[in-house]
Amino acid sequence: MSTLEDVKPTPVTLGGTRGGPAVRTLRRDRWWVSPAVTVGVLTAFVAYATWAAFQNANYYVGAAMHRDLISPFYSPCLAESCVPGSHPGFVITWWTISPAILILIFPLGFRLTCYYYRKAYYRGFWQSPPACGVADGHASYSGETRFPLILQNVHRYFFLFGLVFNVILTIDAVMAFRMPGEGIGVSLGTLVLCVNAALLWIYTLSCHACRHLCGGNLDKFSKHPIRHRIWKTLSPLNARHMLFAWMSLIFVALTDLYVRLVASGVFHDPKLF
Amino acid sequence: MAELTMRIWRGDPAGGDFIDYRIPEVEGEVVLDVIHRIQAGPAPDLACRWNCKAGKCGSCSAEINGRPRLMCMTRMDTLPTDQPVTVAPMRTFPIIRDLVTDVSFNYVMARQVPPFRPATSGLDGSFRMAQVDVDRGQEFRKCIECFLCQDVCHVIRDHEENKARYSGPRWFIRFMELESHPLDTNDRRELLRQRMGLGMCNITKCCTEVCPEHIKITDNAIIPLKERVVDAAYDPVAWLGRKILRRSKRSAAEALADAPSYAAPTAEDLASRKSATGPSAASPSAASPSAAGPSAAGPA
Repeated sequence: MSTLEDVKPTPVTLGGTRGGPAVRTLRRDRWWVSPAVTVGVLTAFVAYATWAAFQNANYYVGAAMHRDLISPFYSPCLAESCVPGSHPGFVITWWTISPAILILIFPLGFRLTCYYYRKAYYRGFWQSPPACGVADGHASYSGETRFPLILQNVHRYFFLFGLVFNVILTIDAVMAFRMPGEGIGVSLGTLVLCVNAALLWIYTLSCHACRHLCGGNLDKFSKHPIRHRIWKTLSPLNARHMLFAWMSLIFVALTDLYVRLVASGVFHDPKLF
Repeated sequence: MAELTMRIWRGDPAGGDFIDYRIPEVEGEVVLDVIHRIQAGPAPDLACRWNCKAGKCGSCSAEINGRPRLMCMTRMDTLPTDQPVTVAPMRTFPIIRDLVTDVSFNYVMARQVPPFRPATSGLDGSFRMAQVDVDRGQEFRKCIECFLCQDVCHVIRDHEENKARYSGPRWFIRFMELESHPLDTNDRRELLRQRMGLGMCNITKCCTEVCPEHIKITDNAIIPLKERVVDAAYDPVAWLGRKILRRSKRSAAEALADAPSYAAPTAEDLASRKSATGPSAASPSAASPSAAGPSAAGPA
């Protein structure tokens, strides 16, 4: 890292008189709809996820119901208090509160530092700016140059953790084909877990940090044809990152809800074949 | 024939207001056509910049119904004419008159971009690039410098004080074009982090939304640059990899030594040119506050 302290910047003269009226915006379209929807959906998700994480019950459908379905909010279930059958190979004995809290920091961190969600919540919650051509809701602004927002730069590490979780949730989806006492089969719950894992993979692989690490950091594509091919494959996915972000977010909540309803006995997970 | 109302900002640095002009509606027009008809009729002294009328010169940038757009590329039939169509100058830059703004802030920032500095040439004295590497930068060269992205960027639109340390989306795509150039040897990442305000951008993508050339400014330039800055300044693994593999370019301080701000005309240069050519020949921008900026300027 080099310092630029010894190099003087070219000064910019500030404070010229601006044209146009001193109003928040001249836009007449319904610019507030998009940030309002963002706030509504994200608030609903956070409220549901918080309730589900602290409930510490009804997150696993086990052998008693001839199924092996676990909620994505609780997988991997690492605490000693996890219901029998939901553990992987080992447990953490010192964790006493809900096992979801132990792991949710990673997917939460991944989405919180995601380049798309940053746009969504900076616009929706922080009003900075609420929409293009609409005045910022704050008098001063330093962007992501200071603590805590400078921590957004750790996004690539959360991406790597995200890959680990995707592998775990994919294993969960494969295990969902196993139906204790009934052999191998496909139920609606199996499909729900498979779709959930697939959406999480697409969301993760369309991530900007993924695109950078796979090839975007290269200056010479011609010297790295394989990485260039990967970069070219990921770029169209990356262009739809927003779509995959919403789809995977909503579906992960629906997956938890499905498992929760089956586990609590509201209905039985129907076997398809 | 139906009439429409154009509500146009008339004023100068001393102040101004919206003035309504009612003129007949003509099929197939763009906003710039209507402005020209107003100039030819009720307001011959209405000032606006324009040149190509084809969306390629980037001159006629303005804010139409509050949205930064090119006047020549905004069809009237896409705007609701049951209420007045507002046309205001770009908000981010100081006004000169009516719809004309002083965009010289952008040129001050342009001069601080360390230029392309190629590695040594091949044995036959030529520089060669594979087509795949040529293709990557083409998107960024579509920029017509309309400065709509600079105008809409809230970092400087709503916070004048940030102009001193923020180059803006237009120059970020220039930085990305150079940073990803396979033959370039300058490392501009620390410059971007410390001086050009890359960290100020919170990627709300307004620059991408308004770009008339549909350049994916945020996805293909700003975010890749942010990731490259993470490589350089925040990621210990990337730092270690760079040390082991000994991949290094010229440092940001060395790169900055190439920046044209060194050769930029000072305020004294501009004043001497003005006096040499006489007041009538002096360009308005030469007298503008921002153009005088680099004056003391140059990191000599």
